[in-house]
Amino acid sequence: MNSPIPLEAPPLLEARGLAYLRNDEPIFGPLSFRLGAGEVVLMEGDNGSGKTTLLKVLSGLLQASTGTVLLNGEPLTLARLSHQVALLGHLLGIKGELSPLQNLRFAIGLGGLRSGITPHQALKSVGLEGYEDVALRQLSAGQKKRVALARLLLVPAALWLLDEPYANLDREGITLVNRLLELHAMRGGAALITSHGAYAYTSGTPRRLQLRGQEAAA
Amino acid sequence: MSYGSTTSACRALLQRDLSLVWRQRGDALNPVLFAVMVVALFPFALGPEPTMLARIAAGTVLVALLLAGLLSLDALFRSDLEDGSLEQLVLSPHPLALLLACKIAVHWLTTALPLLLVAPLLGELLYLPQPVLPVLMVALVLSTPLLSLIGAVCVALTVGMRRSGMLLALLVLPLYVPVLIFAAGACNAAQQGLPVLAPLLWLGAGLALALVLAPLACAAALRISLS
Amino acid sequence: MNPLVLWFHKLGSPPYFYRFAGRLLPWFWGAALAGLAIGLYGGLVLAPADYQQSDAFRIIYVHVPSAWMSLFIYAFMAVNGFIALVWRIKLSETLAMAAAPIGAAFTFICLATGSIWGKPMWGTWWTWDARLTSELVLLFLYLGVLGLHQAIEDRRQAARAAAFLALIGIVNLPIVHFSVNWWNTLHQGDTVKLFGPSLIDSRMLWPLLVMAVATKFLFAASLLSRARVDLLELESGKDWARQIALAEERA
Repeated sequence: MNSPIPLEAPPLLEARGLAYLRNDEPIFGPLSFRLGAGEVVLMEGDNGSGKTTLLKVLSGLLQASTGTVLLNGEPLTLARLSHQVALLGHLLGIKGELSPLQNLRFAIGLGGLRSGITPHQALKSVGLEGYEDVALRQLSAGQKKRVALARLLLVPAALWLLDEPYANLDREGITLVNRLLELHAMRGGAALITSHGAYAYTSGTPRRLQLRGQEAAA
Repeated sequence: MSYGSTTSACRALLQRDLSLVWRQRGDALNPVLFAVMVVALFPFALGPEPTMLARIAAGTVLVALLLAGLLSLDALFRSDLEDGSLEQLVLSPHPLALLLACKIAVHWLTTALPLLLVAPLLGELLYLPQPVLPVLMVALVLSTPLLSLIGAVCVALTVGMRRSGMLLALLVLPLYVPVLIFAAGACNAAQQGLPVLAPLLWLGAGLALALVLAPLACAAALRISLS
Repeated sequence: MNPLVLWFHKLGSPPYFYRFAGRLLPWFWGAALAGLAIGLYGGLVLAPADYQQSDAFRIIYVHVPSAWMSLFIYAFMAVNGFIALVWRIKLSETLAMAAAPIGAAFTFICLATGSIWGKPMWGTWWTWDARLTSELVLLFLYLGVLGLHQAIEDRRQAARAAAFLALIGIVNLPIVHFSVNWWNTLHQGDTVKLFGPSLIDSRMLWPLLVMAVATKFLFAASLLSRARVDLLELESGKDWARQIALAEERA
């Protein structure tokens, strides 16, 4: 039964019967899916269908009520997880008082640095060249989002969990997100993104997962 | 690809928090002002008689600093919670307890240290006897970090709440009682010319214990609060 | 699996606990009321008056068992809190939180009776004596646990946070007791000793011991009653809870 050599590499992320309850009310699940290297999965669902909670469970912020999350075929622990997973939530995790560059330097200090990229290059590729030293507070909501996206480019995580990455972005910004996702998938990374359906990941052939309140169908 | 070392993560966090405080350095004066006002109220309430004020001076300064510290505790994680930095901190690959210890250290440096600097002035306002001042300062140096560490654990428990002020005070004050007793005990002993070493050593022992345990407890409490 | 361990596992399931506690409850209430009646009659009527404090001493039959219970319940709460945090057992969360208000009530009774006793004995309603102060801090700890539990919306998260606070409190309590002792001591020393002869007449002692046992039953009975209600509320979405609600409605 236990073959010493696995026939294929385990998926980057696998959820088995994952569910989360709050006050014994199911928020989502049970939900099972796999996410392999090079894949981008769009998680669709209405408001309140538990998308954000799912991302928090997958990132390890919340503990699942039932089911397991496997990362590279191994059960998830916070210590292992954080090297490999980057979460971009509704709250961007950046400081308005600091400049984009300062924010990115802090993120690198905390999460590590992918090889072959610098904060300046990352800011340039999200279209914020020239804004390196402006206080973040003076930037627009969309520009702040771009700073948070630049963070994703810098940290070495293979799995991106993006909560509504298209929110607050203009048409150009949406294309930017799609380009970043493609690039990340080509490098062997994977991403799980949520959307309430208004904007979709258009390029490529993303798999879609439907998250509808209590049950989800892959 | 580099995952970064824990040291560099701590350094980045210290640097960020210090520069954030520096950008709002005016706020750092608030606890000091509060402590001065509390101390100034006592002569109005009890009368300006120097002998009586001298008797209560050390205790009053201790309580004023404790309250000022309590008032500033609330800000420890608030802004990080509001902008999502706290989530990123919890998700970072480095030991959360260590990162929190850095945050607590910055908090102590920026709120308690200014208070320590004005403590002699506050003592002077209340005619604190000269020989008691060094003992009071040593007691404060030992007890303020202890208060910050204990307080941080309680703040971590109330971190998601909108109006946590009163509840935080209720959680924190029973834990502050022993600290206050030993700090004030040392000052009273000094005032009566008795040996002061024992209570100060107890404070030191408590600080050593809290330095190790409080960040761990703070991390555990934060994980509960964020879930 | 060991049958005892198996039984504990079964007890951890809310519906089983609900039924099990329901069967125990009448016995516990009966034992508590009988014990309280016997203990109070023995203490207030049968026991001889104290040669120093005359009849005023009789308040110990309420004061001392309450003081013991205040500590006992805190320990119970902390142990259950520990189990709840480490093994995430729902029943332990419920038990810990159901115990907190009862413990706070005993602590309050202890403080109030102590204060009433203090007036004739020491001439004041309150003295900053070591044990009284520790008891007051204990009351604050209870109130903190209750306050934190109230303030968090998610019931299970609230229970975990409050349980954590209870654990911090149990580390803090000996330190408070030691520091307060060091600070001031006026309270009389222990008169009832587990080992060695007690300094109290046996006719005075037995009602006290009866009261100590009776308050344990009182605690157990009110704890189980509270825990049953809390479990029903917590599990109101589950089938077993719905069935019980329907059965109650029919009756």
